Amino acid sequence: MSAAEALAGTLVVCARSPPLFRYVLRLADTNLVLGQRLGEWVGHAPALEEDLALANLALDAIGRARLLLSYAGEAEGQGHGEDDLAFRRDEPHFYNLVLAEQPNGDFAHTILRQFLLDAFQLELYTALTRSTDARLAAIAGKAEKELAYALRYAAGWVVRLGDGTPESHDRLEQALAALWRFTSEFFAADELDFAMASAGVAPDLRLLEAPWRDRVAGVFAEATLPVPPNLPLALSGRAGRHGEAFGRLLAEMQFLQRAYPGAQW
Amino acid sequence: VVNPSAAPAALEARAWAALESVADPEIPVLSITDLGIVRYVRATGAASVEVGLTPTYSGCPATEVIRAACAEALKAAGCAARLVEVLAPAWSSACLSARGRERLASYGIAPPAVPVGRVRALLQSADSAPIACPHCASLHTACVSEFGSTPCKALHRCSDCREPFEYFKCI
Repeated sequence: MSAAEALAGTLVVCARSPPLFRYVLRLADTNLVLGQRLGEWVGHAPALEEDLALANLALDAIGRARLLLSYAGEAEGQGHGEDDLAFRRDEPHFYNLVLAEQPNGDFAHTILRQFLLDAFQLELYTALTRSTDARLAAIAGKAEKELAYALRYAAGWVVRLGDGTPESHDRLEQALAALWRFTSEFFAADELDFAMASAGVAPDLRLLEAPWRDRVAGVFAEATLPVPPNLPLALSGRAGRHGEAFGRLLAEMQFLQRAYPGAQW
Repeated sequence: VVNPSAAPAALEARAWAALESVADPEIPVLSITDLGIVRYVRATGAASVEVGLTPTYSGCPATEVIRAACAEALKAAGCAARLVEVLAPAWSSACLSARGRERLASYGIAPPAVPVGRVRALLQSADSAPIACPHCASLHTACVSEFGSTPCKALHRCSDCREPFEYFKCI
């Protein structure tokens, strides 16, 4: 295989890939995909302050993704770096939570998506600070604080929109109707999650559900929003199954490296 | 005659001095040693050192620029350096030196109010503790935006002198 082919080839993740690699990829992908979505707001947010905020949130998410993708590459042991893993995988080999890939919609959609994910990721990374895996615990120690800061921002907007004007409340209710169903995936642990939890690498996801629901219920009460009932799982990022819009997100994110393999600037 | 036990200490001191000359690319009034991101300097040979650097925010775009500037400054000081990324314990705004806090204030950036770095405190409202205006010292200030021009800053405004100012976030 020539050097160009080696750079251009599509990376495949399979059930035989090392479990730690597959687990860390999941963590990384949720942040990478969310960061890419948030980046789409740059220059388009409803006010300068929110443009700054969404760009900063994107930076945090992509920063976490870089730390995690680099570690995933080391755990895989095939010499793949963060860029290989970000730009050379196709849709079925991405393992993000599908809520992260949902299109931005209006500001209410983006803020609600952010709030639901930040609240979940704060529980997850707080638990990961106690991981038996020292590298993951170190990454989580940074992520935990950044997520807490981000959550305060998103929760503040959920309250402001929900308890704001009839228009802002309606918009937030529409966002809730569109996005809530993706939250059941957060706690739908599979074999890999259980294996990582029993090794002490990851927390038992079932233990994160009650604190997440408490936080969401508290903020929704202030925002005068109802907490909807749980809905069955539609898609599974864990299994590499995504929504239709995800392909377009990857096409934009990966275009340059696919067209000009290994390009640097 | 060179005192063999003093030589590593002298080399480490030279490396520290070189690192002190490296400015934060986004807040040039701060040295990276003021910022508290140099974790350790260890002599590993007659003219070689290992330097532990910790990033501030996970996504701070200045991290790589700082790394390159450190390598250059150490090389200019005659130190062959190996730079090691240290993630734990996580950097906090409490890592800022006393001199760093003074330099920020004199540059017009309000230093972090409480060196919290605690997750519970981060979840509380941005306006829970008043931030002193770096221009007129008034405590009648308000947060305009919790995010600013760099990951480490927020935007505030003074209700007395009416000047906007940047605030170095507590994290």
